[in-house]
Amino acid sequence: MTRALTLIRRRLVGSVFVLLIVITGTFLLLEAAPGDAVDAYIVSTGGDAGMIELLRHRWGLDQSELTRLANYLWALLHLDLGQSVTFSRPIRDVILERLPNTLLLMVSATALSFGLGSALGIYAGARPGSFRDRFLSIGSLALYAVPGFWLGLVLIVVFAVDLRWLPIGGIESLASDKTGLARAADIAVHLVLPVSALGFIYLALYLRMMRAGMAEAWRQDFVLAARARGLSRRRIVLAHVARNALLPLITMLGLQSAQMLGGSVVVESVFSVPGLGRLAQEAVASRDTPLLLGIILVSAVLVIVINLLVDIAYAFLDPRVGASEAGA
Amino acid sequence: MNPLRRFLRTPEAVAGVVLLGALIAMALIAPLLFPGDPQAIAGPALLPPFNDWSLPLGTDRLGRDVLAELFHGARTSLAVGLAAAAAALAIGSVVGTLAGFAGGLVDEVLMRITDAFQTVPSFLLALAFVSVVGPSLGVVVAAIALGTWTGPARIARAEVLSIRERDYVASARAIGMHPLEIAFREVLPNALPPVLAMSSVIVAAAILTEAALSFLGLGDPNRVTWGGMIAEGRAVLRTAPFLSIVPGIALVLTVLGVYLTGEGIVETTAVRRGLS
Repeated sequence: MTRALTLIRRRLVGSVFVLLIVITGTFLLLEAAPGDAVDAYIVSTGGDAGMIELLRHRWGLDQSELTRLANYLWALLHLDLGQSVTFSRPIRDVILERLPNTLLLMVSATALSFGLGSALGIYAGARPGSFRDRFLSIGSLALYAVPGFWLGLVLIVVFAVDLRWLPIGGIESLASDKTGLARAADIAVHLVLPVSALGFIYLALYLRMMRAGMAEAWRQDFVLAARARGLSRRRIVLAHVARNALLPLITMLGLQSAQMLGGSVVVESVFSVPGLGRLAQEAVASRDTPLLLGIILVSAVLVIVINLLVDIAYAFLDPRVGASEAGA
Repeated sequence: MNPLRRFLRTPEAVAGVVLLGALIAMALIAPLLFPGDPQAIAGPALLPPFNDWSLPLGTDRLGRDVLAELFHGARTSLAVGLAAAAAALAIGSVVGTLAGFAGGLVDEVLMRITDAFQTVPSFLLALAFVSVVGPSLGVVVAAIALGTWTGPARIARAEVLSIRERDYVASARAIGMHPLEIAFREVLPNALPPVLAMSSVIVAAAILTEAALSFLGLGDPNRVTWGGMIAEGRAVLRTAPFLSIVPGIALVLTVLGVYLTGEGIVETTAVRRGLS
């Protein structure tokens, strides 16, 4: 337990530095963007040169860059991401409203890609070099070459337009007053296509990692020992080979989370899912740079938290990790 | 057996080379086969494919020749993919070499910066960069490289850490070579092979990112892109789905060709790599 705590503390300290770098980066991008908050405000409400001067002074935009960076940090410390001009609301509120949909999409897509990917990886890796092994590894490579947004469009054409089995987009039926289980079922039906579009692409990654890990494990002495003990092939595959190949996949879960967030931008746009990714696209379309950078900051925090959780899970699953981390 | 023959005996690698070769040929002959602006109107709007032999793949919503757009789109995909990957590999190997060779505070700072870049979803970063600076081919290349240099940097650093203690580095020190000269003339070239083994994955990722950016309308507006074609076709997805499906197939085949070729090369030169 103390080992895990030490690990968490070390990671948290590292994360603070990483977050500071990310914040400085977003601040620089914000500065580089043409026009500032006052320009955006004036465009939406109107006003003269005197008004602009007054607002610049009141919002502290006439101060030096370093002071502004300090102000920006101070505001962030109070969880204040600024005001969105497009939505006329605090950026934090807009983001928090969209975040649950993206999390739902990400968790479901991760479950699909990790579950199905590792299962198929075990199936392929159980008989290295066999026909099914070759077929699955080429097939997964082909899947990995598919752009998520295009897969989404193809799924829409087949399942929503031609077959009319599933809704074409959105997160739930409009103007329906469903509650409880009926509403959950409605959301689930809407999520089938976007989750497939996002999940199937990353499935290949887990399949290939599992396969490679198993190929490695087959050569280990403990597999030979298990064979010598006369264990059934099924038992060797599941309890010895696959089990040893599973741990690196868990690390991959954390590393993949940033990719998945990026991928959800296009997938949410294709399926009109009102999540963080679609919000990012809306921010780009309406040139709302502060909103876009707020989304980037929240995504970075999300990625840090996910990786921290993965590290903790890993420390509990593999006793060796905690020991070496604490000693380092 | 010599590497070339071993390479040609793997059916997957041969398929990859054929796909990639076809793409390069398309990109090269596009201006000869379809001179003039591929974005110009060539016939009636929404002509279905295989109807008119002068417009074999039909026309899009604005009456542009789909086949001409497809050929010219190959140029954009290939140019952006290669340029972004080259930039990412160059930045990554320089940063990784500096971090690994200098060690100490320099290493710590460079690696925290690498962490920060890996924490921000690279597609969001590219999106923000292009939307702030404005879409053009060079900006798209820079935006993609910004999110992909971290992998090569980590691999280069790990390799440099193991090379730095070798005898030839020690002898370079003994003859009084400048540390930067040792880093870039002695260490970096020897650290490159595992970094270069990543190039196919990076080229593929760059092509996919470019497509996604242009799909969202952030590609260079003066060039035909496959992502842009897919977005164009989306407006008529119900009536003319082929307009979105055809450029998507081109994308899949291109990326698959890059993967298969890369995998073939890596396997025949027996360099170990993460994803295989």
